[in-house]
Amino acid sequence: MAFKIIEGCVNCWACAPLCPSQAIVAAKPHFLIDAHTCTECAGDYADPQCASICPVEGVILDGLGVPVNPPGSLTGIPPERLAAARAEIRAR
Amino acid sequence: MELKVQTQGGCASSGCGSSADRLAHLPEAIRAKVNNHPCFSEDAHHHYARMHVAVAPACNIQCHYCNRKYDCANESRPGVVSELLTPDQAVKKVLAVAAAIPQMTVLGIAGPGDPLANPERTLETFRQLAEKAPDIRLCVSTNGLALPDLVDELCQYNIEHVTITINCVDPDVGAKIYPWIFWNNRRIKGRKAAEILIRRQQEGLEKLVARGVLVKVNSVLIPGVNDEHLKEVSRVVKAKGAFLHNVMPLIAEPEHGTFYGLMGQRSPTSAELTALQDACAGDMAMMRHCRQCRADAVGMLGEDRGQEFTLDKIEHLEIDYAAAMQKRAEVQAEIEARRAAPHQPAKAAFVSLASIERVRPQPKPAEPRPVLMAVATTGGGVIDQHFGHARAFRIYEASVQDVRFIGTRQVDLYCTGSDTCGEAETRLEQTIRALDGCEAVLCARIGYEPWGKLEAAGITPNGEHALEPIEEAVAAVYREWLDAGRLAPVAAASERLSA
Repeated sequence: MAFKIIEGCVNCWACAPLCPSQAIVAAKPHFLIDAHTCTECAGDYADPQCASICPVEGVILDGLGVPVNPPGSLTGIPPERLAAARAEIRAR
Repeated sequence: MELKVQTQGGCASSGCGSSADRLAHLPEAIRAKVNNHPCFSEDAHHHYARMHVAVAPACNIQCHYCNRKYDCANESRPGVVSELLTPDQAVKKVLAVAAAIPQMTVLGIAGPGDPLANPERTLETFRQLAEKAPDIRLCVSTNGLALPDLVDELCQYNIEHVTITINCVDPDVGAKIYPWIFWNNRRIKGRKAAEILIRRQQEGLEKLVARGVLVKVNSVLIPGVNDEHLKEVSRVVKAKGAFLHNVMPLIAEPEHGTFYGLMGQRSPTSAELTALQDACAGDMAMMRHCRQCRADAVGMLGEDRGQEFTLDKIEHLEIDYAAAMQKRAEVQAEIEARRAAPHQPAKAAFVSLASIERVRPQPKPAEPRPVLMAVATTGGGVIDQHFGHARAFRIYEASVQDVRFIGTRQVDLYCTGSDTCGEAETRLEQTIRALDGCEAVLCARIGYEPWGKLEAAGITPNGEHALEPIEEAVAAVYREWLDAGRLAPVAAASERLSA
């Protein structure tokens, strides 16, 4: 099992120094997790470190492909409000 | 209570002069540190430049007014950068800028993110600069969560100034501003998160003050969330030894993608900001000329020369810093000589003792009402700027007692590319909105179109006092209006406005 960083990552560097397995790679266009090295922090921390500091919702997936920080969970912005605001801005 | 004082040249007229006075309670050693810091001294920002380098984008907390995704060349506000640098690249950029702009006195690391959240990159930059560019003052801006553990190390690198953003001292207020923090390897939410953050901020503040480091406190004014509470914040941080408090308006446009921007939280008006700054003032220095710069800004406050120093432009540059340092010393000595020189021929102006102490006398009901006037000036203490060229206006309040500097209002607020950012509002409309509450605008010249629109908005343009000292001109316009019967007492004024 390993975590995965997907598109949407803003390369903010917060996760990389926290990884107990040095599994995070500062790659382009966004950071990546080496699936062979990632332990999901098992044995090191109660919570997976990368996902516990990541500021962007939905960009870190767990071993089952489920976002660890689903939309709305970090910013408190309801996903429907976000979608509506984006539509309003596009319509200008 | 009227006191006759000499108006002075440069920015030593009452606005900036009183700013110097407001710092007069500080020991000489501290005033020396503040003297050529463009962000701390209102006078210095006309003479000296600063730069920020973005080396540490990580953050350990989330604020509802922040979205670190944003990168826009047209915007000037905290958190926005175009280029992230390694410490080595940052050091090279600083040396290049310091050689090209000898007025550059201050290097700050201010985001995006919290420079102390991953301290290695920030500290490495400071370590190298303390050695290679000892004539540059270093400062850092932080949310304070990691601060207490890093105070000792920061002090090793000639960090003379630290800015802590403190928006609350009450965790219930904090819970409405900070959705989470990352602390002891866990994400913590709600009131508990705010409680930890507040405790760490206060601890950091106390430790820095004990070590003799100048601490400025930044607070973001969020209407309905912490507006009333900031008076308490100001009282607490002042009691603990912060030397300057900077209350800044919330920036919350929906296109910035922040919680506040998307949830319809409004920004404060200029009048609300001024009222709160006044309420917080007491005998503590308040900062009123903050431009809420980009996290990679370069140059004088309010200008951005970052495009001249992008990585590709400085990559192959050879910098003789020893020579640059000598030139910098000469240029800065000249600036100081100019600042210390006897000021222009003195003309009398009336500035009350009360205005210097910043205690605002309440006008008696029967007195003519006070008037807010905006002034276009490049900073020499005289009205010398074309209305359309002004990027900021200095706001004065004229009353029968005195002429009082209120603060600066920016018109190129945060975004200079209104055509491309979906902003329907024109520059002129933005300017008129920024001048809300002012009844006159004094400038060197003004075009026909803005003249008409200003008048339609109830603001009288006035170009008759071009090149005159600001206070005298404001006082003259006020007297003229008084004589013309335009300044009915406060109660009658509302009738006039609604008529």
